[in-house]
Amino acid sequence: MMPVVEVSNISKSFGNLRVLKDISFDVRPGEVHALLGENGAGKSTLIKIISGVLQPDGGEIKVEGDVVRFASPRDARHTGIATVYQELLLFPELTVAENVYLGHAPRTKWRTLDWQAMRAGARALLDSLDSHDLDVDTKVGLLSVANRQRVEIAKALSQDARLVIMDEPTAALADADAKRLLSVVRRLRERGVGIVYVSHRMPEIFALADRVTVLRDGAFIGTKPIGEVTEASLVSMMVGRSIDQLFPKVATAVGETILEMKNVSYRNVVNNISLKLRAGEIVGIAGLIGSGRTETALTIFGITPATGGEILIDGKPVTIDSPATARSHGIAYVPEDRGLQGLIKPQTIRENVSLAILDRLAKLLVVDRRREGALARESIARFGIRARGAEQLVRQLSGGNQQKVVLAKWIATEPRVLIMDEPTRGIDVGAKAEIHALMSKLAGQGLAVLMISSELPEVLGMSDRVLVMRGGAIVAEFDRAEATPDAVGAAMTAAGKHAVAELAS
Amino acid sequence: MTSPLATPRLTAPVRRLATTLEANGQELVVFAVIVVLFAVVAMINPRFLSDTNLTTIFSGNAYVAVAAIGMTLVIISGNIDVSVGSLIGVLATISGTLAVNGYPIIICWLAPLVVGIAINAFVGVLVAYVRIPSIVVTLGMLSVLKGGLISATAGAWINDLPPDFMLAQFRLFGIPSPIYFMVALTILAALWMRHSGFGRTIYAIGGNPDAARVAGIRIERSIVGVFMIHGFFAGIAAVLFATQLQVIQSTVPPNLELTVITASVVGGVSILGGTGTVIGSTLAAILFAAIGSALIFTNVSAYWLRAVQGLLILATVLADMARRRRLR
Repeated sequence: MMPVVEVSNISKSFGNLRVLKDISFDVRPGEVHALLGENGAGKSTLIKIISGVLQPDGGEIKVEGDVVRFASPRDARHTGIATVYQELLLFPELTVAENVYLGHAPRTKWRTLDWQAMRAGARALLDSLDSHDLDVDTKVGLLSVANRQRVEIAKALSQDARLVIMDEPTAALADADAKRLLSVVRRLRERGVGIVYVSHRMPEIFALADRVTVLRDGAFIGTKPIGEVTEASLVSMMVGRSIDQLFPKVATAVGETILEMKNVSYRNVVNNISLKLRAGEIVGIAGLIGSGRTETALTIFGITPATGGEILIDGKPVTIDSPATARSHGIAYVPEDRGLQGLIKPQTIRENVSLAILDRLAKLLVVDRRREGALARESIARFGIRARGAEQLVRQLSGGNQQKVVLAKWIATEPRVLIMDEPTRGIDVGAKAEIHALMSKLAGQGLAVLMISSELPEVLGMSDRVLVMRGGAIVAEFDRAEATPDAVGAAMTAAGKHAVAELAS
Repeated sequence: MTSPLATPRLTAPVRRLATTLEANGQELVVFAVIVVLFAVVAMINPRFLSDTNLTTIFSGNAYVAVAAIGMTLVIISGNIDVSVGSLIGVLATISGTLAVNGYPIIICWLAPLVVGIAINAFVGVLVAYVRIPSIVVTLGMLSVLKGGLISATAGAWINDLPPDFMLAQFRLFGIPSPIYFMVALTILAALWMRHSGFGRTIYAIGGNPDAARVAGIRIERSIVGVFMIHGFFAGIAAVLFATQLQVIQSTVPPNLELTVITASVVGGVSILGGTGTVIGSTLAAILFAAIGSALIFTNVSAYWLRAVQGLLILATVLADMARRRRLR
């Protein structure tokens, strides 16, 4: 059978960074083709190329045998390729029917909008997806995420999509909704639509996919029919390399417990977390998106203060009700999203690095510019920040260097506990290694480091201990020696084992 | 990645100049426009540069510049105050009423400051703690103050102000006092914004409130503080306004809030918060005063002033967006 879409030898670079190397990949009609890889493996870039958002540097794309070139997402849509993005692109103030037909609404012979046809068409599309419960006249803004997703899929179908790309469609969904979505995807498949399905949830992949393609570091690792792989073999395809070589973790003497959590909860997203962080130790938290990792960090740091349990510092119970009190207890937090929570981008490196200790740098209200300048220059040297100087605006720096500025800002507070949430997300391999080396060095100097990461190799490579979270709770703990990709991966998805059976039914 | 940024082999002074220009572009542009305007209008009508006229331009509008300093801080923090004109009207009336009733002059001068700070502390609490957007709070405040003022005074003018009260008519070395206030307050505020911890906090909050919070800054307190400082400047502006003429019209100076906001924006404050300086807003306030006067001296209808102000806002916002795009 001729593939709906076939890409061959696709390459793409951003500046000097090669993000895709010679990727070949095809999707057949009526097939769910899962695309797997760690963060940064190139999945998103590949999706964006197929959907016309990015243009490849080399290689070609064929749609039903014809070579095509997409200058824009519009071109791709016209050839029948629709994408359901993680952040849904719907208009909250318009109704379901209006959203489904936005941009290609049926017209009457007077060229006015044919509301009846629109509503009937939307109804029929939703019915064909077994979504009889969705009212076509409801404003989309009133719908849940799960329902919006179904509207998005109906929209794709209304444009006669032959290929639907779904980028982590269940990441933000509760289990019941996720299961529903899977049945919608099966309906799509029955209609002969080809589906590219990106997900980190292994049970879903085994329940849905016909074939699986794995990418790693922008390279094609392999395409296999689902029957020929196991969860373990997929994880090892994704992770690939020997972890010990990549992460220069220096063994350090582990000291006293600095921070201890006893049954700490926050509403229902963080459930009874108990853990100890000791001086010189790097503790990694692994888990899927939505497993409560970041929420735990936010609670320790007082952004979402604990609603239950106890946090102790040096064995003494403390109340952390704001980032300011967390800071005064010697806790530092390098947030998940640099742009949103880490940096004041219109300001200079100097101003960013001193932000968390302005009160300490100020004498009689006046900030000591000499000490501040010295701090900035020292940080640039110590963290290897590549910049023209301390007065360069932070927004002009590359991602890796921005991350070093955030790190420098927090190290300037002389913390004893350092929480790093996705410390190397979205930065290139070289800068990653530098951040890892810095992290290791800081632990060596007696800091207790808590690292959250979605990249399994990073967690396994950097941590002295690995905690696995699921559903807001810690479900497993491994020593460095026991923490193998298979064991940790299994714990992350363990709910999965019987869920697979359930989903497949 | 770094190659397009590394400007080829500039000497240090040149590079420093370039950085200064890049950072202070808006202020320099406004300053240049002022110079050109004065030169052109003086050529058309030399009386433009007469002592009386220069006094009117600089001294008569100093209160706008002073109010714009506070407004600039508010906008840098990511907020806005559309009620400042009404506030100044109320504070000026309070000041004048105290004066004609024989209160000590110093009380008449300080009362508007205290009341201004108190009113804006309330506004700040609503914005920061109750989390009502500042535009909504101050729109409400605008009506409350304006309505209250008209009801309380029935629109009567305040006459027979005691001569000692007339702070704005006082001269030192032949220069009217409002000019000293304008210059001194601008310089102090500029230094304070640049060098004090709190000033830098304001920039951080406007630039990225989430990052500022995560950095341990107490945002709510800081925002209340910004509004209180703004109230202080409004108080000084009100005293200068109340004491410059023999009468106080107990009404709100028409469109004062717009003029003040425009001065801040044209002076280089990004309406999105996080950037800008008070030097720019003072220069822009002077520019508006000069434009108003220039229209008269070149026999152009004064009604054009509003249109020119509007065009200036649009031009500056466009320039700001272009600059942002380039810096990104």
